[in-house]
Formats: sequence, structure tokens, C-alpha cells
Amino acid sequence: MKTTIPNLSYVFGRTLALSAVAATLTAFGCTKDSQAKAASPATDPQPGLPPERVADMLHSVMEADRTVYTRNVVNRLVKEQQVQIVNPDTKEQEAFKASEQWKTEHGKLPLPAQMFRMGAERVTDAKVGFTYALLSKWPINKQNNPKTDVETKGLEAVAANGGDKPFYGKEELGGKKYLTAVYADVAVASACIDCHNDHKDSPKHDFELDDVMGGVVIRIPL
Amino acid sequence: MFLAAVIMSTTLAGYLAWAWQRDERSAFLPGTTTHGHYQIELACDACHSPFEGVTQEACESCHAEELELADDSHPRSKFTDPRNADRIERVDARACVTCHVEHRPALAGLMGVTQPSDYCFHCHSDIGDERPTHAGLPFDGCQAVGCHNFHDNRALHEDFLEKHVDEPWLRREPRLALLRTSRPVPDRDPLQVADHDAPSGIRVAEATIDDWQRSAHADARVNCSDCHLAGESADDEEDWNPAPDHEVCASCHERPVKGFLAGHHGMRLAQGMEPMRPGDARLPMRPEAGDRALDCGSCHTVHAYDREVAAVDACLGCHDDDHSRAYTASSHAQLFRSELLGEVPEGTGVSCATCHMPREKAPRGVFTVQHNQNDNLRPNEKMIRSVCQNCHGIGFAIDALADSELVGRNFDGLPSVHVESIDMVRRKIAAANVSRAP
Ligand code: HEC
Repeated sequence: MKTTIPNLSYVFGRTLALSAVAATLTAFGCTKDSQAKAASPATDPQPGLPPERVADMLHSVMEADRTVYTRNVVNRLVKEQQVQIVNPDTKEQEAFKASEQWKTEHGKLPLPAQMFRMGAERVTDAKVGFTYALLSKWPINKQNNPKTDVETKGLEAVAANGGDKPFYGKEELGGKKYLTAVYADVAVASACIDCHNDHKDSPKHDFELDDVMGGVVIRIPL
Repeated sequence: MFLAAVIMSTTLAGYLAWAWQRDERSAFLPGTTTHGHYQIELACDACHSPFEGVTQEACESCHAEELELADDSHPRSKFTDPRNADRIERVDARACVTCHVEHRPALAGLMGVTQPSDYCFHCHSDIGDERPTHAGLPFDGCQAVGCHNFHDNRALHEDFLEKHVDEPWLRREPRLALLRTSRPVPDRDPLQVADHDAPSGIRVAEATIDDWQRSAHADARVNCSDCHLAGESADDEEDWNPAPDHEVCASCHERPVKGFLAGHHGMRLAQGMEPMRPGDARLPMRPEAGDRALDCGSCHTVHAYDREVAAVDACLGCHDDDHSRAYTASSHAQLFRSELLGEVPEGTGVSCATCHMPREKAPRGVFTVQHNQNDNLRPNEKMIRSVCQNCHGIGFAIDALADSELVGRNFDGLPSVHVESIDMVRRKIAAANVSRAP
């Protein structure tokens, strides 16, 4: 009856490994330092990766991690295995779930979007240079509203092209220049639209499958 | 004129040099220190680094852990993200000292906040568009008791309120989790009077041995030498420590001592200073207690380690403010007396420690006592989750904590104020149900 929770360390270990790859990519990619050290374009036709490519690589890691967490952790335990846990207060069995209030509730997994945001906060704290966020014009969490012109333009562009290709823009924030890349975030599963359409803080209740729901914004200092 | 200036500055420099030499550091205090820091105001280097001023690291060395545990609503990473660069031009929330400037008594409000009280406006001016319930509310009221805090919103968060929206003022089984008092050593009997191992040359009063024998220490087979000789050879009178300090206690009771050192009872010891004494306190204290140095033994009667004494009598032996003086006549105290008489189930009584030293779930489900009595004290909504909700509905608890007169009377009576936040949540749920209906 009671399924035990499988060893999650494999999945998380993989996630960490991927993040390390991401960090290494930026380090070798296009930070100011490495550009300064690199030979000039005249003598070296490949002076390091263009920031757009670095953003693409980082995005592929983020996307992979999010998919792994959603499919192999949340979906597997909650939907496929329907793991049951005992509520410590009522002593009754209940379904193991992901919950927005995972931090303060017993036995809950973080939502994929929160997992993503926590990762983004750690990367910001680690001061490796780049930052990223999951934003939308119809956000549940109002902090995820686009703020800068490039964010707004980028979200509109990827919504218009249905997520076929990313949007790249340059902007200056707090006196520093950035490449800002925006990638469509698409409703790939019915869970996405069910949860968002039903959420009391969501300003939009008619998302459909394959809609562009928002976008991943990656910012790389130039 | 010039001469006067030279004389004055020379005199000032001379005085400061003299003060520094004599370790009269108070001469350098630029203004009254806040309630949070005054005890350690002479340990300048706890906060100030030479030529760097007050670094963020200095603040974090004491406060980072509690902010993380409090699920800080405004973590630093929110503001170091370039997309919020325009926000930090208005309020640079990357550094604690932007809002908590020390030694500025004229500016400092509650929690030592030196920003004008309507500072939320800088980033949330459009809150009325996002939340119709908030349209037109004044920005100097955001942080009223029961509404919002800048850092810790665990008991005020909308989802938390939603879960508790229709609770009665008193729960059906108002009770605390029980502590596991002592760990009996399997298959071994408690130590007896004759087993005590103080060296023969050390005179020990009979009453002391009796107290020890009845304590949890004897149950757990902790002998004299374990504390007084810290495990050294038990014959060594030379090494006998007549008054083991908090560090000795910490060798077994690590978490409680860590909590003690983090709060107002132990923060001086944590900085390597002389211990705090009630006579140095800013809160009203009983004059006869003025000289008592605070260590573990001040509350935990040494050798007997009586938890009932530590839960009420120890507190009231020093504290002499309205709230403390009103305790004995309160209904919380009545319940505690009934519990001690066995008239009500264990965990029903409410002592000083029940609220100020709450039982917290440690990893692996064991309950331990939080020994930092300041941990849930300010803002007082921090008490809701760890304390009030064990017995009371959340709406009632928010109202009670917002009623400062009721707090002064030690909660004897019903709240005479009402905080609207829970009504707002109720209205929002109703509105969402209507808009989602087919
Ligand atoms: C169980 C509910 C749930 C599911 C399932 C879910 N989300 Fe979310 N999503 C949320 C919540 C809650 C947030 C806000 C998180 C935060 O606090 O930043 C969010 C945030 C987002 C955001 C950022 C903008 C915003 O709304 O704040 C995007 C974009 C997003 N989700 C897309 C998706 C996609 C695509 C899927 C499916 C792959 C999905 N979500 C699945 C609940 C859900």
C-alpha cells in the first residue's frame, strides 16, 4: 500500500552536475575577463563564444533540469506511483504532492516553477555573472511580470512566433550592459494549464495546451 | 579663532586617545544603540571592521540563519538581480544597514528600522491594481501588526490565512507537543547518592547531592565529574571546576546553548564579554536581581535542573514589567497551575516558557526547546506559528497580538481590536469562486 520514496539523490545529483556545466560554460564563454584575456579577433577567428550561444547552452541546461524534475520526480511520484504519506497531525494517509507552500507544510515537493526560481536565486547569490528568471505577461506571482522593455518585447516576440526561436536584445541596467535572451515557455502538459487556469492569483484562466505561457529570461553581462 | 580650533581639536583627540587607552569605548559611541544591540555596543568589532565600516558579512554572521529559516520575503538575491537595478536606486535593500542604521535613536522605529514607515511604497505603489482589497490603503500601515512584515511573513501569508480562515478562537484540544525529558540509559539504573564521584577533598552539601540524584542527570548516569572535571580523571582535585559554565553544558546540550547565546540572555557571552546582568537591562527588572550574572544556571536551578522553576519562577525572579507582573493572575497561568496539580492533561498549561521558549520540531521529529527567547518575539506575529496556533485559531491570535493593552495584561480578556487581513482573504476566495464558476 505504502510506496517508499525512491532515492532522489540521483536526480538531484544530475541537476547539480548540469548546473556545474552551466557555470563552467559562462566562465569559459564570454565574461569580461575571458574576453580580455582572449587573443584579438584579428589573430584568432574564434575569440570565444558569442553571448547568444552561451545563453542558448545555459537555457538547454535549465530546460533539461526542469523537465527531469517535472517528469522524473514530481510526475513519477505524484501521478504514476501515487505515493501516500501519513499526515503527522491527523495521522491519516494522504497523497504525496507538490505544493506552493512546500516550505511550511509537511511532506511536500516544491513546484517546478519554484524549483526553477530557487535555482535562479542561488545562481544570483553565487555571483557567477549571469542571472535568469521565469517570467510571464500573465503571472501568478506578480514578481514574475516583465519589468524592462527588453523583457516585454522578448515575451511578446516568443509568444508571437509560438516559441519557434528565441529573442535576443541588449539593455543597460544599473549602469551595466547585458545581453538578454528570452525563450518561450510552452504549456507542454495539461498539468500546466490546469494549475494556472485554476489558480486564484492567475490573471488568465483560458490557457490551452501548447500556448506560450511565458518565457525564460537569461541575462549575460557584456 | 584658529588657536581656539587647534586647542579644541587637540583636546578632543587627547581625550579619545586616553579613552581608547583605558578601554573606555563608550566614549566612541556616536548615539544610543538600539534595543537589539545595546548589550554588545562596546564590542565595536562585532559589527565594525577597520576601514570598512559595517560590512554585510558582520550582520549576516549573526542574522543570516534566522532569515533563511524565516523564509525571508526580501532576500538579498532579489535585489542583486540586475532586473531590479532601478529598485535599489530607491532603497538599496542589498545591505541591512540601508534600513537598520545603528546609533540613530531619533530615526529608529520598531525592530531598529530607520526608514520612514511608508517605505513599501517605493516598490509596491501599484498594489491596489493587483489587489483591489488594498486600493487606497495608506502605505504607513502595511506593517501594522497582523498585516505584513518585510522579512518574516510565514504567519501572515495569504495561503496560510486561507488554510485557517474559519477557525474557532480555541481549538478542540488545546495542547502542546510533549518533550522527551531525559533519555533513560537502556538496561542501566539511575545513579544513586552513593554513586556520586566528587573527589574526596571536595566538600559537597548533602542537599546538592540529593538535588542531583533526583535530576535527569542522575537518570542518564551523568556524574559530578562529567561537568566539574569535564570527563578528566575523577581524582583530580586540582582540576575541579567549581562552577562549570555554558560551554560545559554545550558539550551535551548544543542546541539549547546555541539558542541561549543568540538571544538577549546570552548575547554578551557569545561576544566573549562579561555576562549580562538584569541591572544593565533596559526592560524593568526587579532591583534585588540587578547583580545576577546570566548563565544557564540562572534559570535552571543548578543540580536540581527543575523545569517547572525554569518555566515561570526563574523569569519572574528578574522581569518586572506589566506583562510579566500580570502573568500570575492570567488564565494562562491558571492553566499552568492546574497542569502542575494534574487537573488537566499534560501540555495544557501555559507558562512563560510555553510562549517565549517554544518547543520546536527538530530534525527527525524530536521536539526541542528554543532557548533564544527573542527568536519569536519581534514582530510578535512570529509567535503565531510556533506558539499560539497550538491552542488558538489564527484570526483570534492575530487580533490578540495586535492589541497592545491586552498584551500588557498578559492576555487576560478578549481582543478589542480586529485585524482585517483574514476578512480580505475570505472576500478574495469568495470573489475567485464567483469568477471561476461556469
Ligand atoms: C501545481 C501548479 C502548477 C503547475 C502544474 C505548473 N505551474 Fe507554473 N507556476 C505555478 C506557480 C504557483 C507559479 C508562481 C511561482 C513563483 O512563486 O514564482 C508558477 C509560475 C510559472 C511561470 C512564471 C510566471 C508566473 O505565473 O508567475 C511560468 C511561465 C509557468 N509557471 C509556466 C508553467 C508551465 C509551462 C507549466 C507546465 C510545464 C507549469 N507552469 C506548471 C504553478 C504551477
